[in-house]
Amino acid sequence: MASKHIIEATGLHKTFGSVTPAKDITVNIDAQSVVGLIGTNGAGKTTFVNMLTGYIKPDRGEIVFRGKRITGLAPRKITRLGIARSFQIPQLFGSQTARENIEIALAISGLSAELANESLARLGVLEFADMISGTLPEGVRKLLDISLAMVCKPEVLLLDEPTSGVAAEEKFDVMNRVLDAARALGITVLFVEHDMEIVRRYSDRVLAFCDGRILADGTPDVVLADAQVRELIIGETVSAAPGTGNVAGEVAHA
Amino acid sequence: MSSAICSHLRAPGTWLAVIGFVVIGAAGLALPQWQFLVSVALSKGIVALGLALLLRTGLASFGQALFFAVGAYCVGLGMNYYGLTELFALLATSMIVSAVLALVLGFLLARYRDIFFAMLTLALSMICYGLLLNNVELGGSDGFNVNAPTLGSSAQPWQLTGTNLFAVGFIASIVCVMAVALYMRSTPGRLGPAIKDNEIRVEYLGTSARANIHLTYVIAGALAGLGGALQAFNIGHIDPDMAFWTTSGEFVFIAVLSGTRFAFSPFIGALLLEVARAMAYRYAPNTWQIVMGAIMLAIIAFLPGGLTSLGLVRRKPAGGHPVTRTTATASGDAA
Repeated sequence: MASKHIIEATGLHKTFGSVTPAKDITVNIDAQSVVGLIGTNGAGKTTFVNMLTGYIKPDRGEIVFRGKRITGLAPRKITRLGIARSFQIPQLFGSQTARENIEIALAISGLSAELANESLARLGVLEFADMISGTLPEGVRKLLDISLAMVCKPEVLLLDEPTSGVAAEEKFDVMNRVLDAARALGITVLFVEHDMEIVRRYSDRVLAFCDGRILADGTPDVVLADAQVRELIIGETVSAAPGTGNVAGEVAHA
Repeated sequence: MSSAICSHLRAPGTWLAVIGFVVIGAAGLALPQWQFLVSVALSKGIVALGLALLLRTGLASFGQALFFAVGAYCVGLGMNYYGLTELFALLATSMIVSAVLALVLGFLLARYRDIFFAMLTLALSMICYGLLLNNVELGGSDGFNVNAPTLGSSAQPWQLTGTNLFAVGFIASIVCVMAVALYMRSTPGRLGPAIKDNEIRVEYLGTSARANIHLTYVIAGALAGLGGALQAFNIGHIDPDMAFWTTSGEFVFIAVLSGTRFAFSPFIGALLLEVARAMAYRYAPNTWQIVMGAIMLAIIAFLPGGLTSLGLVRRKPAGGHPVTRTTATASGDAA
């Protein structure tokens, strides 16, 4: 029987000099789930995303995507297999229009340029199609960056802080558009986020990172109520009994 | 299909190329005394055309003279050592040898960007210059004389001189512009400006920026080889100076002067350079470099996208300031 896990990461470990942002991370991701990654700066969230997408090669450990080992593959090969990503700082073709950005992505994927309007409309940025992408407002740039990642119809979409730099009143709109489109296409989503309201509202599951490890893993209500998460990640002073989320060492999602 | 052709015909670059080539062709036929100058400009334009492809990708090669010299020496060696005089055989040999050399060097160069790429190309070109200068079998510092090429393989082949030779360069330029315009509209061609803008995003869309740069370098090498072969025919002599860094600098000058927006752009720059140099030689023989330098400064200051960035579309974002496009676009005003 086929595994319901679309991604299986086992014992991922990465060291940069004296810093170890990933310490034997083991976690499985279910297909078509929406997983929020939280943690303080330097906790290892982005390193985890970078290892999944091939930007960083883990020192040890293994990543399996749909039964195929992808550890250490080049980003373009991982993208071709079906894992796409957006960036904390939108990575666009800044001198070109939004439509031209999408057309390039379509051309690389071997798709017709006629799909550009559809791709832009999916995340509600069609009205900006003929504007130079480098001049667009940050929220639109974020959506365009995510649109680029979604052009190739990936099976997994990794979003690195999709609402950072976005005006407070636009954050929920950005997430609504992205997740509506992802659900319509059956895409599994992992997103790094610091806004706990966003995490609580949009995640099926939350992975809380701390010091290169997964501190807690579970539903948003469980993880965000965890005493260690509240104290170490959210920054609250906790005097109550320990929370009920899974703690490090019990993180492999069955 | 028909909409693609219509779109191509509507592109401003297509009309610029058509008008430009009509003017060049008419001037060449009507003013035989200018044929030599225009032929030289066309051969340099072909080299700058390849360089423009690299510039669209964000890479400045200060070593295109390497392939320019290799193309010319293929003609010289082919004629002097192998008795090869047939035009197409010589042109094909020059292009193929240059492309193969670029393919080999590309494995090294495609790994580098910015100043490192520029300096490595310059260094390779100067190595070639040193080899040519110090090798007697390759003509040493004197080089070779080159005869007029022939067309046809019959007992009495047609020898190409004067207007015929101008026509060869003219037709070769048209073919090169059309081929490059098509390339600029293809997926690999559209990746050039994308790589210049954001190489990381290109990789995360599932394709290799390095492979695209390698391909562009090979195309630029082949074009430079062709330009070198035509230049050998035009001048009737080849020498190591064709590989010297100042020759590469001249190609960079042409490409920057004209911009990279259209495939035809480099020919405008090449013609202007040759005309300006001819005039400056005549009217300011001791200060012509100052004139050329002033022209370059003016271009960089007022038209950083080159001469063909004049009249670029200005788009005003909502609530923002007008935006001028200074680089070649993805959809490419290619021709």
